[in-house]
Amino acid sequence: MKNVKRIFIYVFLSLAAIVSIFPFLWMLVSITNKSVDVTQGRLLPGTHLIENMKTLFSTIDIVPALINSTIIAVITTVLTLLLASLAGYGFEIHRSRGKDIIFNILLLSMMIPFAAIMVPLYRMFGSISDTAPLIGIDSLGAVILPTATTAFFIFFFRQNTKMFPKDLVEAGRIDGLSELGVFFRIYMPTMKTTYAAAAIISFMNSWNNYLWPLVILQSPEKRTIPLLISNLGSSYSPDYGVIMSAIVIATLPTALVFFLMQKHFVAGMMGSVKG
Amino acid sequence: MSQQSTKKGEMDLPVRLRYKETKREKTGVYFKKKVGWLFIIISVIAITIFNFYPMVQAFLLSFQTGMGGNLEFTGLSNWQRLFGDPTFIAALTNTSIYLLIQVPLMIVLALFFSVLLNDPKLKFRGFFRIAIFLPCVTSLVAYSVIFKYLFGIDGIINIFLLNFGFISESINFLADPVWAKVVIILAITWRWTGYNMIFYLAALQNVDKSIYEAARIDGANSIQQFFQITVPMLKPIILFTSITSTIGTLQIFDEIVNITNGGPGNATISISQYIYNLSFEYTPDFGYASTVSYVIVILVVILSIIQFRVAGEKK
Repeated sequence: MKNVKRIFIYVFLSLAAIVSIFPFLWMLVSITNKSVDVTQGRLLPGTHLIENMKTLFSTIDIVPALINSTIIAVITTVLTLLLASLAGYGFEIHRSRGKDIIFNILLLSMMIPFAAIMVPLYRMFGSISDTAPLIGIDSLGAVILPTATTAFFIFFFRQNTKMFPKDLVEAGRIDGLSELGVFFRIYMPTMKTTYAAAAIISFMNSWNNYLWPLVILQSPEKRTIPLLISNLGSSYSPDYGVIMSAIVIATLPTALVFFLMQKHFVAGMMGSVKG
Repeated sequence: MSQQSTKKGEMDLPVRLRYKETKREKTGVYFKKKVGWLFIIISVIAITIFNFYPMVQAFLLSFQTGMGGNLEFTGLSNWQRLFGDPTFIAALTNTSIYLLIQVPLMIVLALFFSVLLNDPKLKFRGFFRIAIFLPCVTSLVAYSVIFKYLFGIDGIINIFLLNFGFISESINFLADPVWAKVVIILAITWRWTGYNMIFYLAALQNVDKSIYEAARIDGANSIQQFFQITVPMLKPIILFTSITSTIGTLQIFDEIVNITNGGPGNATISISQYIYNLSFEYTPDFGYASTVSYVIVILVVILSIIQFRVAGEKK
Protein backbone atom coordinates (compact mmCIF):
# COMPACT_ATOMS: atom_id res chain seq x y z
CA MET A 1 0.00 0.00 0.00
CA LYS A 2 2.75 2.41 0.96
CA ASN A 3 4.68 1.51 -2.18
CA VAL A 4 1.67 1.98 -4.41
CA LYS A 5 1.28 5.45 -2.98
CA ARG A 6 4.96 6.22 -3.54
CA ILE A 7 4.80 5.07 -7.15
CA PHE A 8 1.70 7.14 -7.74
CA ILE A 9 3.42 10.24 -6.35
CA TYR A 10 6.47 9.77 -8.57
CA VAL A 11 4.35 9.12 -11.67
CA PHE A 12 2.25 12.19 -10.93
CA LEU A 13 5.24 14.47 -10.32
CA SER A 14 7.04 13.12 -13.39
CA LEU A 15 4.01 13.86 -15.54
CA ALA A 16 3.84 17.38 -14.12
CA ALA A 17 7.55 17.88 -14.80
CA ILE A 18 7.18 16.62 -18.38
CA VAL A 19 4.23 18.93 -19.04
CA SER A 20 6.19 21.86 -17.57
CA ILE A 21 9.38 21.19 -19.48
CA PHE A 22 8.01 19.94 -22.80
CA PRO A 23 7.27 23.38 -24.36
CA PHE A 24 10.86 24.41 -23.55
CA LEU A 25 12.32 21.28 -25.15
CA TRP A 26 10.10 21.72 -28.18
CA MET A 27 11.21 25.35 -28.46
CA LEU A 28 14.89 24.42 -28.20
CA VAL A 29 14.57 21.58 -30.72
CA SER A 30 12.59 23.75 -33.12
CA ILE A 31 15.24 26.43 -33.44
CA THR A 32 17.49 23.79 -35.01
CA ASN A 33 14.90 22.64 -37.53
CA LYS A 34 13.32 23.90 -40.74
CA SER A 35 9.81 25.28 -40.53
CA VAL A 36 8.46 22.25 -42.43
CA ASP A 37 10.02 19.83 -39.96
CA VAL A 38 8.49 21.74 -37.03
CA THR A 39 5.00 21.43 -38.52
CA GLN A 40 5.59 17.72 -39.06
CA GLY A 41 6.24 17.29 -35.38
CA ARG A 42 9.96 16.59 -35.53
CA LEU A 43 11.31 16.25 -31.98
CA LEU A 44 14.96 15.61 -32.81
CA PRO A 45 17.62 18.31 -33.09
CA GLY A 46 18.32 19.28 -36.69
CA THR A 47 21.07 21.18 -38.47
CA HIS A 48 19.20 24.34 -39.36
CA LEU A 49 20.18 26.41 -36.31
CA ILE A 50 22.67 28.73 -38.01
CA GLU A 51 20.35 29.16 -40.99
CA ASN A 52 17.48 30.15 -38.68
CA MET A 53 19.63 32.63 -36.79
CA LYS A 54 20.85 34.18 -40.06
CA THR A 55 17.29 34.60 -41.32
CA LEU A 56 16.23 36.02 -37.97
CA PHE A 57 18.93 38.67 -37.84
CA SER A 58 18.76 39.59 -41.53
CA THR A 59 15.00 39.70 -42.16
CA ILE A 60 13.55 40.60 -38.77
CA ASP A 61 14.38 43.74 -36.79
CA ILE A 62 15.22 41.86 -33.63
CA VAL A 63 18.32 43.92 -32.81
CA PRO A 64 16.49 47.28 -32.51
CA ALA A 65 13.79 45.52 -30.47
CA LEU A 66 16.41 44.05 -28.14
CA ILE A 67 18.03 47.47 -27.75
CA ASN A 68 14.68 49.18 -27.03
CA SER A 69 13.69 46.54 -24.49
CA THR A 70 17.08 46.74 -22.79
CA ILE A 71 17.00 50.56 -22.56
CA ILE A 72 13.46 50.51 -21.16
CA ALA A 73 14.11 47.68 -18.70
CA VAL A 74 17.38 49.14 -17.38
CA ILE A 75 16.06 52.68 -16.89
CA THR A 76 12.81 51.42 -15.37
CA THR A 77 14.71 49.16 -12.97
CA VAL A 78 17.11 51.90 -11.85
CA LEU A 79 14.28 54.41 -11.33
CA THR A 80 12.13 51.83 -9.55
CA LEU A 81 14.92 50.81 -7.17
CA LEU A 82 15.87 54.38 -6.34
CA LEU A 83 12.38 55.84 -5.88
CA ALA A 84 10.80 52.80 -4.21
CA SER A 85 13.67 52.29 -1.76
CA LEU A 86 13.70 55.98 -0.86
CA ALA A 87 9.96 55.82 -0.19
CA GLY A 88 10.05 52.46 1.59
CA TYR A 89 12.85 53.78 3.82
CA GLY A 90 11.04 57.06 4.42
CA PHE A 91 7.79 55.35 5.40
CA GLU A 92 9.52 52.98 7.83
CA ILE A 93 12.39 55.00 9.33
CA HIS A 94 10.69 58.42 9.40
CA ARG A 95 7.42 56.92 10.45
CA SER A 96 4.55 59.21 11.37
CA ARG A 97 0.80 58.92 11.51
CA GLY A 98 0.35 61.09 8.43
CA LYS A 99 2.76 58.97 6.43
CA ASP A 100 1.07 55.75 7.53
CA ILE A 101 -2.24 57.02 6.19
CA ILE A 102 -0.62 57.98 2.88
CA PHE A 103 1.08 54.58 2.73
CA ASN A 104 -2.25 52.81 3.05
CA ILE A 105 -3.74 54.99 0.33
CA LEU A 106 -0.80 54.18 -1.94
CA LEU A 107 -1.36 50.47 -1.33
CA LEU A 108 -4.86 50.84 -2.75
CA SER A 109 -3.30 51.66 -6.11
CA MET A 110 -2.10 48.05 -6.28
CA MET A 111 -5.71 47.05 -6.84
CA ILE A 112 -6.20 49.38 -9.80
CA PRO A 113 -6.45 47.27 -12.95
CA PHE A 114 -4.15 48.61 -15.64
CA ALA A 115 -6.87 48.32 -18.27
CA ALA A 116 -8.90 50.85 -16.27
CA ILE A 117 -6.27 53.59 -16.44
CA MET A 118 -4.71 52.95 -19.83
CA VAL A 119 -7.11 55.20 -21.75
CA PRO A 120 -6.65 58.26 -19.48
CA LEU A 121 -2.88 57.61 -19.43
CA TYR A 122 -2.84 57.44 -23.22
CA ARG A 123 -4.72 60.74 -23.41
CA MET A 124 -2.43 62.28 -20.79
CA PHE A 125 0.71 61.39 -22.74
CA GLY A 126 -1.03 62.46 -25.96
CA SER A 127 -1.66 65.93 -24.55
CA ILE A 128 2.04 66.51 -23.77
CA SER A 129 3.36 64.95 -27.00
CA ASP A 130 3.90 68.31 -28.70
CA THR A 131 5.58 70.10 -25.81
CA ALA A 132 7.66 67.17 -24.55
CA PRO A 133 8.19 64.65 -27.35
CA LEU A 134 10.67 62.65 -25.24
CA ILE A 135 7.86 61.52 -22.96
CA GLY A 136 5.01 61.82 -25.45
CA ILE A 137 3.19 59.13 -27.41
CA ASP A 138 5.53 56.78 -29.27
CA SER A 139 8.49 57.51 -26.99
CA LEU A 140 10.44 55.17 -24.76
CA GLY A 141 10.05 57.71 -21.95
CA ALA A 142 6.28 57.28 -21.99
CA VAL A 143 6.74 53.53 -21.63
CA ILE A 144 8.99 54.00 -18.62
CA LEU A 145 7.25 56.71 -16.58
CA PRO A 146 4.01 55.02 -15.45
CA THR A 147 5.77 51.72 -14.74
CA ALA A 148 8.73 53.13 -12.80
CA THR A 149 6.81 53.93 -9.63
CA THR A 150 4.53 51.26 -8.27
CA ALA A 151 3.18 50.83 -4.78
CA PHE A 152 4.24 47.19 -4.89
CA PHE A 153 7.95 48.02 -4.75
CA ILE A 154 7.45 50.66 -2.04
CA PHE A 155 5.63 48.01 0.00
CA PHE A 156 8.40 45.54 -0.81
CA PHE A 157 11.14 47.88 0.42
CA ARG A 158 9.19 48.89 3.51
CA GLN A 159 8.67 45.25 4.48
CA ASN A 160 12.40 44.60 4.12
CA THR A 161 13.36 47.80 5.92
CA LYS A 162 11.63 46.40 9.03
CA MET A 163 14.66 44.12 9.40
CA PHE A 164 17.15 46.95 8.91
CA PRO A 165 18.82 47.75 12.27
CA LYS A 166 17.67 51.24 13.31
CA ASP A 167 20.83 51.69 15.41
CA LEU A 168 22.74 52.08 12.17
CA VAL A 169 20.68 55.16 11.35
CA GLU A 170 21.54 56.68 14.76
CA ALA A 171 25.19 55.75 14.34
CA GLY A 172 25.24 57.45 10.96
CA ARG A 173 23.68 60.61 12.37
CA ILE A 174 26.23 60.71 15.17
CA ASP A 175 29.01 60.33 12.62
CA GLY A 176 27.73 63.50 11.03
CA LEU A 177 25.99 62.06 7.99
CA SER A 178 22.99 63.91 6.63
CA GLU A 179 19.67 62.05 6.43
CA LEU A 180 20.25 61.35 2.73
CA GLY A 181 23.85 60.42 3.54
CA VAL A 182 22.59 57.77 5.96
CA PHE A 183 20.39 56.42 3.20
CA PHE A 184 23.03 56.31 0.48
CA ARG A 185 26.09 55.39 2.56
CA ILE A 186 24.60 53.03 5.13
CA TYR A 187 21.16 51.79 4.07
CA MET A 188 21.92 51.05 0.43
CA PRO A 189 25.08 48.94 1.00
CA THR A 190 23.43 47.05 3.88
CA MET A 191 20.35 46.16 1.85
CA LYS A 192 22.15 44.75 -1.19
CA THR A 193 20.15 41.52 -1.29
CA THR A 194 16.85 43.38 -1.11
CA TYR A 195 17.96 45.55 -4.02
CA ALA A 196 19.03 42.46 -5.96
CA ALA A 197 15.67 40.79 -5.46
CA ALA A 198 13.76 43.95 -6.41
CA ALA A 199 15.98 44.44 -9.46
CA ILE A 200 15.15 40.96 -10.72
CA ILE A 201 11.39 41.41 -10.40
CA SER A 202 11.46 44.91 -11.85
CA PHE A 203 13.64 43.92 -14.81
CA MET A 204 11.48 40.91 -15.63
CA ASN A 205 8.24 42.90 -15.37
CA SER A 206 9.59 45.57 -17.65
CA TRP A 207 11.18 43.16 -20.13
CA ASN A 208 7.93 41.22 -20.45
CA ASN A 209 5.49 44.14 -20.35
CA TYR A 210 3.11 44.01 -23.30
CA LEU A 211 -0.11 46.01 -22.93
CA TRP A 212 1.26 49.48 -22.16
CA PRO A 213 4.00 49.46 -24.85
CA LEU A 214 1.38 48.13 -27.29
CA VAL A 215 -0.81 51.13 -26.48
CA ILE A 216 1.80 53.87 -26.41
CA LEU A 217 4.37 52.80 -29.04
CA GLN A 218 3.40 53.14 -32.68
CA SER A 219 6.36 53.20 -35.03
CA PRO A 220 7.91 49.80 -35.86
CA GLU A 221 11.45 50.92 -35.00
CA LYS A 222 10.39 51.63 -31.40
CA ARG A 223 8.94 48.15 -30.88
CA THR A 224 9.99 46.15 -27.85
CA ILE A 225 10.64 42.39 -27.83
CA PRO A 226 7.12 41.31 -26.72
CA LEU A 227 5.56 43.50 -29.43
CA LEU A 228 7.88 41.96 -32.02
CA ILE A 229 7.11 38.40 -30.94
CA SER A 230 3.39 39.06 -30.85
CA ASN A 231 3.68 40.42 -34.37
CA LEU A 232 5.64 37.40 -35.60
CA GLY A 233 3.19 35.06 -33.91
CA SER A 234 0.21 36.54 -35.72
CA SER A 235 1.70 36.29 -39.21
CA TYR A 236 -0.22 34.15 -41.70
CA SER A 237 2.72 32.19 -43.06
CA PRO A 238 4.91 31.75 -40.01
CA ASP A 239 8.48 30.48 -40.32
CA TYR A 240 8.40 28.40 -37.13
CA GLY A 241 12.15 27.84 -36.87
CA VAL A 242 12.82 31.57 -37.06
CA ILE A 243 9.99 32.59 -34.70
CA MET A 244 11.13 30.02 -32.14
CA SER A 245 14.65 31.46 -32.39
CA ALA A 246 13.28 34.91 -31.63
CA ILE A 247 11.35 33.54 -28.65
CA VAL A 248 14.41 31.72 -27.30
CA ILE A 249 16.52 34.88 -27.57
CA ALA A 250 13.79 36.90 -25.84
CA THR A 251 13.51 34.35 -23.01
CA LEU A 252 17.26 33.95 -22.48
CA PRO A 253 17.79 37.05 -20.30
CA THR A 254 15.02 36.18 -17.86
CA ALA A 255 15.95 32.48 -17.83
CA LEU A 256 19.60 33.36 -17.13
CA VAL A 257 18.60 35.74 -14.34
CA PHE A 258 16.53 32.96 -12.84
CA PHE A 259 19.25 30.32 -12.95
CA LEU A 260 22.06 32.58 -11.79
CA MET A 261 20.12 34.24 -9.00
CA GLN A 262 17.59 31.62 -7.92
CA LYS A 263 17.89 32.50 -4.23
CA HIS A 264 17.30 36.23 -4.78
CA PHE A 265 14.48 35.38 -7.11
CA VAL A 266 12.58 33.38 -4.52
CA ALA A 267 13.54 35.87 -1.80
CA GLY A 268 12.05 38.59 -3.97
CA MET A 269 8.76 36.76 -4.28
CA MET A 270 8.65 36.07 -0.57
CA GLY A 271 9.58 39.63 0.35
CA SER A 272 6.22 40.72 -0.92
CA VAL A 273 4.26 38.70 1.62
CA LYS A 274 6.23 38.35 4.82
CA GLY A 275 5.78 40.63 7.76
CA MET B 1 25.82 62.02 23.11
CA SER B 2 27.16 61.38 26.60
CA GLN B 3 28.88 58.22 25.35
CA GLN B 4 30.75 60.27 22.79
CA SER B 5 31.98 62.83 25.28
CA THR B 6 33.22 60.18 27.72
CA LYS B 7 35.08 58.39 24.94
CA LYS B 8 37.01 61.48 23.97
CA GLY B 9 39.09 62.46 26.98
CA GLU B 10 40.29 65.91 25.94
CA MET B 11 39.12 68.92 27.81
CA ASP B 12 37.91 71.33 25.16
CA LEU B 13 36.61 68.72 22.75
CA PRO B 14 33.47 67.75 24.69
CA VAL B 15 32.47 71.39 24.86
CA ARG B 16 32.74 71.78 21.13
CA LEU B 17 31.03 68.50 20.61
CA ARG B 18 28.24 69.33 22.99
CA TYR B 19 27.70 72.66 21.35
CA LYS B 20 27.65 71.07 17.92
CA GLU B 21 25.36 68.30 18.98
CA THR B 22 22.77 70.42 20.68
CA LYS B 23 22.64 72.47 17.54
CA ARG B 24 22.41 69.37 15.43
CA GLU B 25 19.78 67.95 17.72
CA LYS B 26 17.65 71.05 17.44
CA THR B 27 17.87 71.25 13.70
CA GLY B 28 17.85 67.46 13.62
CA VAL B 29 14.31 67.14 14.94
CA TYR B 30 13.07 69.82 12.64
CA PHE B 31 15.13 68.48 9.76
CA LYS B 32 14.11 64.85 10.36
CA LYS B 33 10.42 65.62 10.19
CA LYS B 34 10.77 67.47 6.92
CA VAL B 35 13.28 65.14 5.36
CA GLY B 36 11.02 62.16 5.99
CA TRP B 37 8.57 63.68 3.55
CA LEU B 38 11.35 64.31 1.05
CA PHE B 39 11.99 60.56 0.90
CA ILE B 40 8.45 59.73 -0.11
CA ILE B 41 7.36 62.81 -2.03
CA ILE B 42 8.46 61.79 -5.55
CA SER B 43 6.74 58.41 -5.30
CA VAL B 44 3.58 59.91 -3.84
CA ILE B 45 3.37 62.46 -6.66
CA ALA B 46 4.18 59.89 -9.35
CA ILE B 47 1.60 57.37 -8.11
CA THR B 48 -0.97 60.13 -7.85
CA ILE B 49 -0.30 61.28 -11.42
CA PHE B 50 -0.02 57.84 -13.00
CA ASN B 51 -2.59 55.89 -10.95
CA PHE B 52 -5.10 57.91 -8.96
CA TYR B 53 -5.57 60.82 -11.34
CA PRO B 54 -6.26 58.47 -14.31
CA MET B 55 -8.76 56.57 -12.13
CA VAL B 56 -10.67 59.83 -11.57
CA GLN B 57 -10.37 60.66 -15.26
CA ALA B 58 -11.70 57.24 -16.23
CA PHE B 59 -14.62 57.72 -13.88
CA LEU B 60 -15.49 61.06 -15.51
CA LEU B 61 -14.96 59.57 -18.98
CA SER B 62 -17.43 56.80 -18.20
CA PHE B 63 -20.22 59.40 -18.33
CA GLN B 64 -19.12 60.83 -21.67
CA THR B 65 -19.69 59.67 -25.23
CA GLY B 66 -18.26 60.60 -28.60
CA MET B 67 -15.54 59.53 -30.97
CA GLY B 68 -11.87 60.24 -30.32
CA GLY B 69 -11.41 63.64 -28.66
CA ASN B 70 -14.96 64.95 -29.16
CA LEU B 71 -16.51 63.88 -25.90
CA GLU B 72 -19.56 65.23 -24.16
CA PHE B 73 -21.35 64.32 -20.96
CA THR B 74 -24.33 62.07 -21.59
CA GLY B 75 -25.06 60.88 -18.09
CA LEU B 76 -25.69 57.19 -17.58
CA SER B 77 -26.10 56.25 -21.24
CA ASN B 78 -22.80 54.30 -21.31
CA TRP B 79 -23.85 52.34 -18.24
CA GLN B 80 -27.18 51.49 -19.87
CA ARG B 81 -25.41 50.46 -23.06
CA LEU B 82 -23.40 47.86 -21.09
CA PHE B 83 -26.38 45.61 -20.40
CA GLY B 84 -27.52 45.43 -24.02
CA ASP B 85 -24.03 44.97 -25.46
CA PRO B 86 -23.52 41.33 -26.57
CA THR B 87 -19.73 41.73 -26.85
CA PHE B 88 -19.51 43.07 -23.31
CA ILE B 89 -21.67 40.22 -22.02
CA ALA B 90 -19.46 37.72 -23.90
CA ALA B 91 -16.32 39.34 -22.43
CA LEU B 92 -17.78 39.31 -18.91
CA THR B 93 -18.92 35.68 -19.25
CA ASN B 94 -15.58 34.51 -20.64
CA THR B 95 -13.59 36.32 -17.96
CA SER B 96 -15.83 34.80 -15.26
CA ILE B 97 -15.35 31.32 -16.73
CA TYR B 98 -11.55 31.74 -16.73
CA LEU B 99 -11.72 32.98 -13.16
CA LEU B 100 -14.05 30.32 -11.75
CA ILE B 101 -12.25 27.37 -13.35
CA GLN B 102 -8.65 28.48 -13.61
CA VAL B 103 -7.97 30.05 -10.19
CA PRO B 104 -9.31 27.14 -8.05
CA LEU B 105 -7.71 24.57 -10.38
CA MET B 106 -4.34 26.26 -10.15
CA ILE B 107 -4.45 26.80 -6.39
CA VAL B 108 -5.43 23.19 -5.68
CA LEU B 109 -2.69 21.92 -8.02
CA ALA B 110 -0.10 24.24 -6.48
CA LEU B 111 -1.06 23.16 -2.95
CA PHE B 112 -0.90 19.52 -3.97
CA PHE B 113 2.57 19.91 -5.55
CA SER B 114 3.89 21.83 -2.56
CA VAL B 115 2.74 19.18 -0.07
CA LEU B 116 4.31 16.40 -2.16
CA LEU B 117 7.54 18.35 -2.64
CA ASN B 118 7.76 19.25 1.03
CA ASP B 119 8.45 15.60 1.90
CA PRO B 120 12.19 15.45 2.71
CA LYS B 121 12.29 11.75 1.83
CA LEU B 122 11.24 12.43 -1.75
CA LYS B 123 13.97 11.80 -4.32
CA PHE B 124 14.75 14.34 -7.10
CA ARG B 125 12.96 17.01 -5.04
CA GLY B 126 15.11 19.84 -6.43
CA PHE B 127 14.59 18.69 -9.98
CA PHE B 128 10.79 18.50 -9.66
CA ARG B 129 10.69 21.88 -7.96
CA ILE B 130 12.72 23.63 -10.67
CA ALA B 131 10.82 21.84 -13.45
CA ILE B 132 7.43 22.94 -12.14
CA PHE B 133 8.63 26.47 -11.50
CA LEU B 134 10.37 26.83 -14.88
CA PRO B 135 7.32 28.15 -16.84
CA CYS B 136 7.51 31.35 -14.74
CA VAL B 137 10.64 32.52 -16.55
CA THR B 138 8.78 32.87 -19.86
CA SER B 139 7.20 36.13 -20.89
CA LEU B 140 3.43 36.08 -21.25
CA VAL B 141 3.61 36.88 -24.95
CA ALA B 142 6.29 34.26 -25.67
CA TYR B 143 4.51 31.39 -23.95
CA SER B 144 1.20 32.40 -25.51
CA VAL B 145 2.69 32.15 -29.01
CA ILE B 146 4.17 28.75 -28.08
CA PHE B 147 0.78 27.52 -26.86
CA LYS B 148 -0.87 28.81 -30.01
CA TYR B 149 1.51 26.69 -32.09
CA LEU B 150 1.31 23.66 -29.77
CA PHE B 151 -2.47 23.58 -30.14
CA GLY B 152 -2.61 24.62 -33.80
CA ILE B 153 -4.43 22.45 -36.32
CA ASP B 154 -1.08 21.00 -37.44
CA GLY B 155 0.47 21.52 -34.02
CA ILE B 156 2.32 18.93 -32.03
CA ILE B 157 -0.58 18.17 -29.68
CA ASN B 158 -2.70 17.10 -32.64
CA ILE B 159 0.19 15.04 -34.04
CA PHE B 160 0.55 13.25 -30.67
CA LEU B 161 -3.16 12.58 -30.33
CA LEU B 162 -3.34 11.27 -33.91
CA ASN B 163 -0.26 9.04 -33.54
CA PHE B 164 -1.47 7.50 -30.29
CA GLY B 165 -4.89 6.94 -31.81
CA PHE B 166 -6.86 9.11 -29.36
CA ILE B 167 -8.47 10.96 -32.25
CA SER B 168 -8.98 10.07 -35.91
CA GLU B 169 -8.68 13.58 -37.32
CA SER B 170 -7.06 16.79 -36.10
CA ILE B 171 -9.05 18.95 -33.70
CA ASN B 172 -9.02 22.63 -34.59
CA PHE B 173 -8.63 23.64 -30.94
CA LEU B 174 -8.41 27.37 -31.48
CA ALA B 175 -11.38 27.55 -33.86
CA ASP B 176 -13.76 25.78 -31.48
CA PRO B 177 -15.47 28.01 -28.89
CA VAL B 178 -15.15 25.45 -26.06
CA TRP B 179 -11.70 24.06 -26.88
CA ALA B 180 -10.30 27.57 -27.32
CA LYS B 181 -11.31 28.40 -23.73
CA VAL B 182 -9.84 25.11 -22.52
CA VAL B 183 -6.51 25.93 -24.20
CA ILE B 184 -6.42 29.35 -22.57
CA ILE B 185 -7.17 27.89 -19.12
CA LEU B 186 -4.49 25.22 -19.63
CA ALA B 187 -2.00 27.86 -20.74
CA ILE B 188 -2.52 30.13 -17.72
CA THR B 189 -2.40 27.15 -15.37
CA TRP B 190 0.87 25.98 -16.98
CA ARG B 191 2.43 29.40 -16.53
CA TRP B 192 1.37 30.21 -12.95
CA THR B 193 1.04 26.97 -10.95
CA GLY B 194 4.76 26.81 -10.11
CA TYR B 195 4.73 30.45 -9.08
CA ASN B 196 2.03 29.85 -6.48
CA MET B 197 3.65 26.59 -5.41
CA ILE B 198 6.79 28.49 -4.33
CA PHE B 199 4.72 30.56 -1.89
CA TYR B 200 3.17 27.43 -0.35
CA LEU B 201 6.51 25.64 -0.14
CA ALA B 202 8.00 28.57 1.75
CA ALA B 203 5.02 28.72 4.10
CA LEU B 204 5.14 24.96 4.73
CA GLN B 205 8.71 25.27 5.96
CA ASN B 206 7.44 27.37 8.85
CA VAL B 207 4.84 24.79 9.89
CA ASP B 208 5.91 22.94 13.00
CA LYS B 209 6.58 19.27 12.11
CA SER B 210 5.44 18.09 15.53
CA ILE B 211 1.84 18.98 14.69
CA TYR B 212 1.93 16.32 12.00
CA GLU B 213 3.55 13.86 14.41
CA ALA B 214 0.77 14.40 16.89
CA ALA B 215 -1.87 14.02 14.20
CA ARG B 216 -0.29 10.76 13.04
CA ILE B 217 -0.34 9.38 16.55
CA ASP B 218 -3.99 10.32 16.78
CA GLY B 219 -4.51 8.23 13.65
CA ALA B 220 -5.08 10.93 11.05
CA ASN B 221 -4.27 9.79 7.51
CA SER B 222 -2.50 12.03 5.02
CA ILE B 223 -5.73 13.32 3.44
CA GLN B 224 -7.08 14.30 6.88
CA GLN B 225 -3.73 15.90 7.72
CA PHE B 226 -3.92 17.89 4.50
CA PHE B 227 -7.38 19.30 5.20
CA GLN B 228 -7.15 19.57 9.01
CA ILE B 229 -3.62 20.92 9.32
CA THR B 230 -1.99 22.03 6.09
CA VAL B 231 -4.89 24.04 4.64
CA PRO B 232 -5.71 25.91 7.89
CA MET B 233 -2.02 26.63 8.52
CA LEU B 234 -1.55 28.02 5.01
CA LYS B 235 -4.76 30.03 5.05
CA PRO B 236 -3.17 33.51 4.99
CA ILE B 237 -0.93 32.62 2.07
CA ILE B 238 -3.77 30.87 0.23
CA LEU B 239 -5.79 34.06 0.67
CA PHE B 240 -2.91 36.16 -0.64
CA THR B 241 -2.39 33.96 -3.71
CA SER B 242 -6.09 33.74 -4.50
CA ILE B 243 -6.47 37.51 -4.37
CA THR B 244 -3.44 38.15 -6.60
CA SER B 245 -4.53 35.40 -9.01
CA THR B 246 -8.08 36.76 -9.10
CA ILE B 247 -6.88 40.28 -9.83
CA GLY B 248 -4.52 38.88 -12.49
CA THR B 249 -7.11 36.72 -14.21
CA LEU B 250 -9.72 39.51 -14.17
CA GLN B 251 -7.26 41.60 -16.19
CA ILE B 252 -6.17 38.83 -18.55
CA PHE B 253 -5.03 40.29 -21.87
CA ASP B 254 -1.68 39.05 -23.23
CA GLU B 255 -2.69 35.39 -23.48
CA ILE B 256 -6.05 36.03 -25.14
CA VAL B 257 -4.63 38.41 -27.73
CA ASN B 258 -1.73 36.15 -28.62
CA ILE B 259 -3.38 32.71 -28.48
CA THR B 260 -6.83 33.30 -30.00
CA ASN B 261 -7.13 37.07 -30.45
CA GLY B 262 -10.54 36.75 -28.82
CA GLY B 263 -11.87 34.33 -31.42
CA PRO B 264 -13.55 32.33 -32.76
CA GLY B 265 -16.22 35.01 -32.96
CA ASN B 266 -15.97 36.50 -29.49
CA ALA B 267 -15.76 33.10 -27.78
CA THR B 268 -12.60 33.90 -25.82
CA ILE B 269 -12.55 37.73 -25.67
CA SER B 270 -11.75 39.11 -22.20
CA ILE B 271 -12.84 42.39 -20.63
CA SER B 272 -9.36 43.90 -20.94
CA GLN B 273 -9.18 42.96 -24.60
CA TYR B 274 -12.59 44.51 -25.21
CA ILE B 275 -11.44 47.74 -23.55
CA TYR B 276 -8.35 47.72 -25.76
CA ASN B 277 -10.44 47.08 -28.88
CA LEU B 278 -12.93 49.83 -28.00
CA SER B 279 -10.10 52.33 -27.52
CA PHE B 280 -7.52 51.40 -30.11
CA GLU B 281 -8.86 48.84 -32.61
CA TYR B 282 -12.34 50.09 -33.50
CA THR B 283 -13.22 53.78 -33.90
CA PRO B 284 -11.97 55.07 -30.54
CA ASP B 285 -14.78 55.30 -28.01
CA PHE B 286 -12.87 56.30 -24.87
CA GLY B 287 -16.00 57.06 -22.88
CA TYR B 288 -17.59 53.65 -23.26
CA ALA B 289 -14.18 51.94 -22.87
CA SER B 290 -13.85 53.66 -19.49
CA THR B 291 -17.28 52.44 -18.47
CA VAL B 292 -16.29 48.87 -19.29
CA SER B 293 -13.03 49.33 -17.40
CA TYR B 294 -14.91 50.37 -14.27
CA VAL B 295 -16.64 47.01 -14.35
CA ILE B 296 -13.22 45.39 -13.73
CA VAL B 297 -12.56 47.85 -10.89
CA ILE B 298 -15.91 47.00 -9.27
CA LEU B 299 -15.28 43.26 -9.70
CA VAL B 300 -11.79 43.50 -8.17
CA VAL B 301 -13.16 45.33 -5.12
CA ILE B 302 -16.15 42.98 -4.63
CA LEU B 303 -14.14 39.78 -5.07
CA SER B 304 -11.36 40.94 -2.75
CA ILE B 305 -13.90 41.78 -0.05
CA ILE B 306 -15.61 38.39 -0.48
CA GLN B 307 -12.30 36.55 -0.25
CA PHE B 308 -11.33 38.42 2.90
CA ARG B 309 -14.73 37.65 4.44
CA VAL B 310 -14.58 33.96 3.56
CA ALA B 311 -11.08 33.65 4.96
CA GLY B 312 -11.93 35.62 8.08
CA GLU B 313 -15.10 33.73 8.89
CA LYS B 314 -13.57 30.33 9.53
CA LYS B 315 -10.93 31.70 11.84
